[in-house]
Amino acid sequence: MSIDWINFTPWASLAGGALIGLAASLFVLGNGRIAGISGLLGSVLEGGEGRGEKALFLLGLLLAPLLWGLFAALPVIEFHSSWLGLVLAGLLVGVGTRYGSGCTSGHGVCGISRLSPRSMVATLVFMAAGFATVYIIRHLLGA
Amino acid sequence: MRKLVAFLAGLLFGLGLLLAGMANPAKVLAFLDLAGVWDPSLALVMAGAIGVAAGPLTWARTRATSLLGAPMQLPVKRELDRRLIGGSLLFGIGWGIAGICPGPAVAILLTGHWQIIVFVLAMLAGMGLFHALESRRAS
Repeated sequence: MSIDWINFTPWASLAGGALIGLAASLFVLGNGRIAGISGLLGSVLEGGEGRGEKALFLLGLLLAPLLWGLFAALPVIEFHSSWLGLVLAGLLVGVGTRYGSGCTSGHGVCGISRLSPRSMVATLVFMAAGFATVYIIRHLLGA
Repeated sequence: MRKLVAFLAGLLFGLGLLLAGMANPAKVLAFLDLAGVWDPSLALVMAGAIGVAAGPLTWARTRATSLLGAPMQLPVKRELDRRLIGGSLLFGIGWGIAGICPGPAVAILLTGHWQIIVFVLAMLAGMGLFHALESRRAS
């Protein structure tokens, strides 16, 4: 393993992480809810309770780049996947996060923050699967 | 007031993702590529987020209502079942293919890249498929 010192952004990532933590804190202290994006999306789609509040959280998330764009240039956004890869990835992320009751935000940030064993296990599993998938695609298949 | 807080929390969440570099799928893949030239940034995003959220979320567990009077709705399930493990496994594979998870997917939907529109449509279809399968199982 070698570290990518050129692209490593320790301070911006730590500060961005802190903002994410602040947002999750605000949502739980104000609204009594977990800021888990897949859960919010699922329940807005399925018409669960608290749909209005959840949709407003998602609206804020959706509009964030527009607010950012008023003050600074948007960061680089680069994709490495073909359209087929994107479709497959999207389907797996959609089905997987709903069966697994959460994603990087709900399990990874909020769940670990409240010391939930389920979330710790889920985070270990999806991280390990992510590492393994990238290893297979980049180093075994050479794509 | 709760509606405003929800909106602001979402906005802040999105700004955090953008600042953290997590809105860029290439950067997420660089974190997941342990055997390549590794970019550890995502680990610091998690550390920063958990460092800030741990206190409030731990405190939330002791409360029945939020500061604005909403019922505190924290997950109550405890068991480590097949759905949790299998679902997280599928999610991790999808995450490893494209480097996109649900938060960043929503946060960059309006940035004008066709790739994210394709991804989000497929993700919503996946969520719809889950819902259809669950409804069938229940009936």
